[in-house]
Amino acid sequence: MSISIDQSKCIGCRRCHDVCPGTLIKINEDKKAFIKYPKDCWGCTSCIKECPVHAIQFFLGEDIGGKGSKVHTEKVKDEKNDIVRWIFELNDGSVKTIDIDPKESNKY
Amino acid sequence: MNIEKIKTDLLIIGGGTAGCYAAITASTLGAAKDVADIKILVVEKANIKRSGCLAAGVNALNAYITEGRTPKDYVEYAKKDADGIVREDLLYSISERFNEITAHLEKLGLVILKDKDGKYVTRGNRNIKINGENIKPILAAAVAKAPNVQVLNHVNIFDFSVHDNRIDGAFGFGIENNTFYAIEAHAVIIATGGAAGLYRPNNPGFSRHKMWYPPFNTGAGYAMGIRHGAEMTTFEMRFIALRCKDTIAPTGTLAQGVGAKQINSLGEVYETKYGISTSERVYGTVAENLAGRGPCYLRTVGISAVQEESLLKAYLNMAPSQTIRWLENETPSKANVEIEGTEPYIVGGHTASGYWVDTKRATTIEGLYAAGDVAGGAPQKYVTGALAEGEIAAKSAVEYINAVDCHTPLQGVRNDVDADPREDVDAKATIKEAEIARHVAEIETYLSQKNSLYTTEQLEEAMQIAMDEYAGGIKTGYGYSEKQLNIAKEKIDEIESLTDKLSAADLQEVMYIYELKERLTVCKSVIAHLKARHETRWHSFAENLDYPEKDNANFRKYVNSRLENDEIKIILRDLTAEGQKHYEHQH
Repeated sequence: MSISIDQSKCIGCRRCHDVCPGTLIKINEDKKAFIKYPKDCWGCTSCIKECPVHAIQFFLGEDIGGKGSKVHTEKVKDEKNDIVRWIFELNDGSVKTIDIDPKESNKY
Repeated sequence: MNIEKIKTDLLIIGGGTAGCYAAITASTLGAAKDVADIKILVVEKANIKRSGCLAAGVNALNAYITEGRTPKDYVEYAKKDADGIVREDLLYSISERFNEITAHLEKLGLVILKDKDGKYVTRGNRNIKINGENIKPILAAAVAKAPNVQVLNHVNIFDFSVHDNRIDGAFGFGIENNTFYAIEAHAVIIATGGAAGLYRPNNPGFSRHKMWYPPFNTGAGYAMGIRHGAEMTTFEMRFIALRCKDTIAPTGTLAQGVGAKQINSLGEVYETKYGISTSERVYGTVAENLAGRGPCYLRTVGISAVQEESLLKAYLNMAPSQTIRWLENETPSKANVEIEGTEPYIVGGHTASGYWVDTKRATTIEGLYAAGDVAGGAPQKYVTGALAEGEIAAKSAVEYINAVDCHTPLQGVRNDVDADPREDVDAKATIKEAEIARHVAEIETYLSQKNSLYTTEQLEEAMQIAMDEYAGGIKTGYGYSEKQLNIAKEKIDEIESLTDKLSAADLQEVMYIYELKERLTVCKSVIAHLKARHETRWHSFAENLDYPEKDNANFRKYVNSRLENDEIKIILRDLTAEGQKHYEHQH
């Protein structure tokens, strides 16, 4: 269970660093974020929701059956609301998106 | 290392669910009661925006009094689930607040599902449906707006300052700013959550932290209290969650949301055979596996496309790993979801483990109040219960601060001067320089000593293996005997003796050393409690193989403990009476 940070996209805003509940994300000398303790990630995805440039992806470790798919979120607007769009880059090469309207409750 | 001394009126340790709500509550009390505003300081080792067990979100409020039900019904439910070992006064006090707190959450911005008449849509008898992905940001925003509240993020508190059994502050260090903090306070609320990481987890490799409870909740609050002689209760009632295999994602949403039954590999519904209490659901799954009828599943095959889409979304709002799992493999309408029990945790929001508190949430250390998962006696408190305890603890602590002030000559002059005059004259709340020096020296020793043979990580793993094998972990199907517990105790003592030689490269690594020591302290209490309850009242949670039956004659009691002269002393206390709404410490 962990995240990967694409440093070519990272703009050094430190938001992921600030919110990580395990203080696992640090900033390197080039002011880019990196996960210093990848095995200690809980998988809460707080950092992914903070990242303004979609540089952080979340994946399942191979030991718990991960197959190489990755997911990140983007904030998009529909006619009315700000939507959280979860973008899954699946291991078979396909992309699936799930939109969540923060104003809508879970059905379960 | 820089040394920063801070004075405050109310110190709240831990800015999770309970801690944030305690801060919000306390900040309103000063104005409402027309007394001088009190200064409130929240200290959090991560960042209150996303710290604690609700970092990823939560998709239902599981403790709510639905139409036609009463707080008494909730008390009865929790009491039955824990087979009697609960504090009714504590349960009443939270149950009576569930709905008011829910309304407040909605006002703060939480989205709650409503029907066309504007009523909350319920899930079962006690639950309502929400979008709780952002519940922590909502609480953190409310804290930011609250007057007189200061937040210190990224500061790890590792010890209380207690003199003559009265707390007057705490010690901590900044994880990234090379600063030691000595904080003086008139009252303290401990809200650091429960303890994860005591036992070997389901997946000890790369995904070792993919666990039910936040791996960053290390039992710090329990450990600090234990070391200062606070009375603790019911640590033997461990919590084991029944979860989706591998991802350790919640199962309640499947069971209650789409009515999925627990089935074995033969397709038989087995839950009715073992009972449906929280511990029985885990026990049944273990038993079916041992009988050769595993693996076990939640039967989701055949759910509708609409249900499936809703499930994928619901999990994104609390456990995104399960959604990615489904998309990588087969979705729940096509494949049943395999389930397993987790390793045991100590967590007062689900079971009755934690500080022994009175109805006001006062611990047995004067001036120290407990709220949320760190407070014992009130299982099934969930989110709304943790918030309720934050509120109760805040009110009690503020009342205490005001009462303490009555005994000083300063009453009435506090608003007339620039500085808080109590800072100069309150002789009661003073941390001695020697204590600061001792703590700083200890931290600097960890930072300076080199060539430690073992790493913190290795010792943590050794602790988890010892607990797994000898104190009823996954490996033994949660069962243990007294002989095994004695071995566990020996091993934990040994590991503890090795911690003095550990080295750390920076303060984050120093924090890891303190977290390990906290877990070891909690482990010793867990072992002592497991050993003391000579019965099996809750299968799996406390599966005592020497005493496989329930013993109502001798163990309809609370098993409490207190550290005296470095020995854990066990105290058996009588249960509160049926319907009892108030409890005061008598000792």
